[in-house]
Amino acid sequence: MENVGVCDEFVNLKATELRLGLPGTEDGGEAEKQKISCGRSNKRALPETEKDIESTGKTETASPPKAQIVGWPPVRSYRKNNIQTKKNESEGQGMYVKVSMDGAPYLRKIDLTVYKQYSELMKSLENMFKFSVGEYFEREGYKGSDFVPTYEDKDGDWMLVGDVPWEMFVSSCKRLRIMKGSEAKGLGCSV
Amino acid sequence: MAEEDLSEMAKDVELHLKLDPPLSANNKPSRSFKTSSSSSPPPCDTSHVLENVLENVLKFLESRRDRNAVSLVCRSWYRVEAQTRSEVFIGNCYSLSPARLARRFTRVRSLFLKGKPRFADFNLMPPDWGARFAPWVAVTAKAYPWLEKVTLKRMFVTDDDLALLAASFPGFKELVLLCCEGFGTSGVAVVANKCRQLKVLDLIESEVTDDEVDWISCFPEGETHLESLSFDCVESPINFKALERLVVRSPFLKKLRTNRFVSLEELHRLMVRAPQLTSLGTGSFSSSTENAGQGEQEPDYASAFRACRSLVCLSGFRELAAEYLPAISPVCANLTSINFSYANISPDVFRPIIRNCHNVRVFWALDSICDEGLQAVAATCKELRELRIFPFDPSEDSEGPVSGLGLQAISEGCRKLESILYFCQRMTNVAVTAMSENCPQLTVFRLCIMGRHRPDHVTGKPMDDGFGAIVKNCKKLTRLAVSGLLTDKAFSLIGEYGKLIRTLSVAFAGDSDMGLRYILEGCPKLEKLEIRDSPFGDAGLRSGMHRYNDMRFVWMSSCRLSRGSCSDIARALPSVVVEVFGSDDDDVDVDEDNADYVEILYMYRSLDGPRKDAPKFVTIL
Repeated sequence: MENVGVCDEFVNLKATELRLGLPGTEDGGEAEKQKISCGRSNKRALPETEKDIESTGKTETASPPKAQIVGWPPVRSYRKNNIQTKKNESEGQGMYVKVSMDGAPYLRKIDLTVYKQYSELMKSLENMFKFSVGEYFEREGYKGSDFVPTYEDKDGDWMLVGDVPWEMFVSSCKRLRIMKGSEAKGLGCSV
Repeated sequence: MAEEDLSEMAKDVELHLKLDPPLSANNKPSRSFKTSSSSSPPPCDTSHVLENVLENVLKFLESRRDRNAVSLVCRSWYRVEAQTRSEVFIGNCYSLSPARLARRFTRVRSLFLKGKPRFADFNLMPPDWGARFAPWVAVTAKAYPWLEKVTLKRMFVTDDDLALLAASFPGFKELVLLCCEGFGTSGVAVVANKCRQLKVLDLIESEVTDDEVDWISCFPEGETHLESLSFDCVESPINFKALERLVVRSPFLKKLRTNRFVSLEELHRLMVRAPQLTSLGTGSFSSSTENAGQGEQEPDYASAFRACRSLVCLSGFRELAAEYLPAISPVCANLTSINFSYANISPDVFRPIIRNCHNVRVFWALDSICDEGLQAVAATCKELRELRIFPFDPSEDSEGPVSGLGLQAISEGCRKLESILYFCQRMTNVAVTAMSENCPQLTVFRLCIMGRHRPDHVTGKPMDDGFGAIVKNCKKLTRLAVSGLLTDKAFSLIGEYGKLIRTLSVAFAGDSDMGLRYILEGCPKLEKLEIRDSPFGDAGLRSGMHRYNDMRFVWMSSCRLSRGSCSDIARALPSVVVEVFGSDDDDVDVDEDNADYVEILYMYRSLDGPRKDAPKFVTIL
């Protein structure tokens, strides 16, 4: 069965979807040894529908990072930090920022440090909120979608995601907001 | 007085006193007792005599539930019970004010206070939310000069609080701090130094800042009364020589839990000096590098263990050097409690050890022992009552060395199991059902499938049936934590069968408001409900209106709640405090679009209304 190019993690973010395994497919065994990953391709992931059925097999490829969820699994940080041989790994605190989307009645928190570039971040957001962001053009902003990803920086200004180099973005981003509609157009078209 | 006389007198009381329901001091439903006979008030002396009798009878009552029931009989019983209650348990420090405590109970010797809700442990709550010990120590310092014991869980305790405690209670004997923070080694030093009657000083899973104070040396010279000293969570080195001297002059010491800065050689020295120990926290359990390769003969660790004939509880192993683990073999057959949960022990190292542990009743470990290790536990530990398996790698995409296989094996081998906490990557309904059928004594079932929304990995179906079987078959179940892919059906089963459940934890589960409704309408004994990241909204919350006065608290984070409905609850239920806040403490300026969205709802019943110490980021509706 073909891998529809989405990763197990993105499925997990859907609230109600049932996932069916292949007959005889084991989540154990080989899957254990493979990192959960996306089938990488250049095409943008399409917004998921409720009826999507995909394989639970995890493909062995370079894995884009999963969106880290605060406080999950529910292990106290004292325990996490003190398990033998983990002490020397500086796990880092992560940089959690809130993400809201116009019209969505919930917020999410994501750890920016697990991503290495904008495309990874955008994929994760698209799957988290089930939308498509269009393509980014340096001068014109995002085209092809009503949604525009923006962020609030340290100075309190709302900027378009993608305008500044990635590292600068990570260090200055305070929160993310996926704007929709006319407000978005205004920002999306600015240089 | 003979028993028959007492009961006759009690009957007389019922007949002749006009019995009213007492002033409501707790939120149990008030009952009124009407008698069919004369309702004239009794003459004074009868009631005095009666109260004396009652006082002597009530002294034998220890259970707080019994005492709560007793206090509801009538005003007289309420009064006498209040005067004789010496141990007070407060499950939520904000459910009443310290002043109220002092007004009602006059002779308290022991206080147990719980502060923050459990989800605060997982960074879901901003720091500085509250639960300060300060107002409590201030009031009790004046009200209960003979206070002997304080146990705090998830409270914010400062060094000043500890200093005040040490200065205010001359007979102070026991301090237990569980999952607390806000203090450091300087506060500990003051307690060690000033509490001359101290028997118990237990710092458990608390954050203790390193003030670079040699607190061990602060215990006074001469023989101590120490029976229990636990500092395994203190993440700073200690003065070992001082500890050794302390142990030598503490003849009553039974429990000693050292931290990871105590090496195996040092542990040996302690054991040799304290063979009477019943509970030992072994510190690092590895050789200090200074001694390695010095040509010095290694101490005979097994012999030291052999000499501890009373040792029944082992923990620690913070930096376990596996080759030394067999040294504990001489005591294995006596052990009733083992905590390996900070040690990465492989199945090969584990199996020869556990083979001898026939009497173990409580066992905590990491999943590094794998399903194989669990099978070994199942084969040997027939007396097991409590099992906790923690993840070595607590992330969603880790390997997952334990599974339904291990769970099922445990259920088949350990039929007396009462309590289980099990972290795994994947699970099957078959295994969970097997446990429900094999372990009818279960009162606590907490399964954490770390992959969110993960279904049964063999059938691909939701985990509804497995958890359904648990609530159906485990008739004594009082605490349940669910995980994996769950539909509303799971909750309908919980509501239908979970009639004794008092604590329920839900994360990333359910389909709709119905899920929440099933629980709130179905589980009559529910006291503590904690939910995160589940699609439960306003309708679900409203459906529980009739319950919130009878519950200790409800926590809902990242669900689908709006401010409006939370305000409605607050308006409708004046004895419930409704707190709404975000997970960051800089959330004061709320996004206009999401201004109505409630990220965290924490509500609890309270006798004294909204608290005055709420930080800015908390809104009390």
